[in-house]
Amino acid sequence: MTNVLIPESMEELRQILETHPGARVYAGGTDLLVKMRSGVEAVPPCLVCLERIAELGAVSERGEVVRIGACVTHTRLLADPVATEQLPVLVRAVRVLGSRLIRNMGTIGGNVCTASPAGDTLPPLYVLDAELELRGGTGSRIVALKDFIRGPGQTVLGENEILAAVRIRKPRMFNLFHYEKVGQRKGLCCSAVSLAAMLRVSSGGVVEDAALAWGSVGPTVVRSREIERMLIGKELTAEGMREAAAEVGKIVSPISDVRADAAYRRAVAGNLLLRLAARDGSSP
Amino acid sequence: MKLRFVLNGESVEIEVRPDRRVVDLLREDCGLTGTKECCGSGECGGCTILVDGDCRLSCLMLAAQLHGREVVTIEGLSRDGRLHAVQEAFMEHGAVQCGFCTPGMVLAAVSLLARQPHPSREQIREGLSGNICRCTGYVKIVDAVEAAARKLANGERR
Repeated sequence: MTNVLIPESMEELRQILETHPGARVYAGGTDLLVKMRSGVEAVPPCLVCLERIAELGAVSERGEVVRIGACVTHTRLLADPVATEQLPVLVRAVRVLGSRLIRNMGTIGGNVCTASPAGDTLPPLYVLDAELELRGGTGSRIVALKDFIRGPGQTVLGENEILAAVRIRKPRMFNLFHYEKVGQRKGLCCSAVSLAAMLRVSSGGVVEDAALAWGSVGPTVVRSREIERMLIGKELTAEGMREAAAEVGKIVSPISDVRADAAYRRAVAGNLLLRLAARDGSSP
Repeated sequence: MKLRFVLNGESVEIEVRPDRRVVDLLREDCGLTGTKECCGSGECGGCTILVDGDCRLSCLMLAAQLHGREVVTIEGLSRDGRLHAVQEAFMEHGAVQCGFCTPGMVLAAVSLLARQPHPSREQIREGLSGNICRCTGYVKIVDAVEAAARKLANGERR
């Protein structure tokens, strides 16, 4: 039998992790419990559910930084005025993540630590240059998201260390926020390819700055300064994006799996830039 | 562990393994077989229950997580022998074929209407997108939820 402990404070959690070697933490359980049941993940002697630690479930803002507790559920994030006002690129992605049922249970911290190449919050968090607050028995450290995820399901999270919060600087320099994923259906869709984008577009429709990240087309989220630079000075039209879109296929490294084959993913990754141009740029 | 929670309006105390899945606790220990297990991995919504008023997947929750919570299953929706307006609307609109997805579908609709009393058809489809039906093709289900919204707005039973 696996013991299940549900601490209500960080101090209680710290003590549990110290005294229960081999314990695994979880929040929504929408990934870990599925993997344990199918045998992909070993069943640990002790599971620690983080959902009742109030400190992990809050969104706050201090100056230019928004701090999202790791156990904030996707539903909670969508209802949060700070997140919806300040982080539209993330909110757009969370809106199409899983289903209401999954969003009620799954958390931003879980999506980050699961480190799936298809995780819907990851491309937005990469363009936002998110930082992660990790807490261990001996103290805390801040790690950039791009340095935290090492590969599919692989992170630098240490023994007895947990992700406490995601920190995001408000993206003041951008005025267009976009997320699109392509998959086999709309609801409960695991993306075959996704694109998160933040652009600064002049009143004349010319791109002045760009941050782009693709999901599901490599072992980790793909971000390319080269492609971003190619967009600067171009009109935000399909014609203006065409040259950069043609390059996207060269910088991604997709695999073929049940959801799509590699050639399709490569083509769609570029085409998502054309679709970005075709969208209504006036919406937030 | 000794688990205490409110199940369909009644306080219950039950001795259970903390790692027992909630769907197994409900079906096998509590005898409430209205909650169905289909995929067992969060992709179909068959095991939907309400926890503190919002819909959750009982196949991806462990018994210990229910401690102190309020749970409603399909068996807990009727009052004094009368069905919930959503259940009535499902019957009236033929929104049931084999019936296996129906308990989850009804509970997802109940939680949708609680937060969005007047949803558009698109909002209904989005709200129920985590619940999969392999028979009806959804049109009658959406019709039923629309009708239930009207019933509830007219002051019929919750």
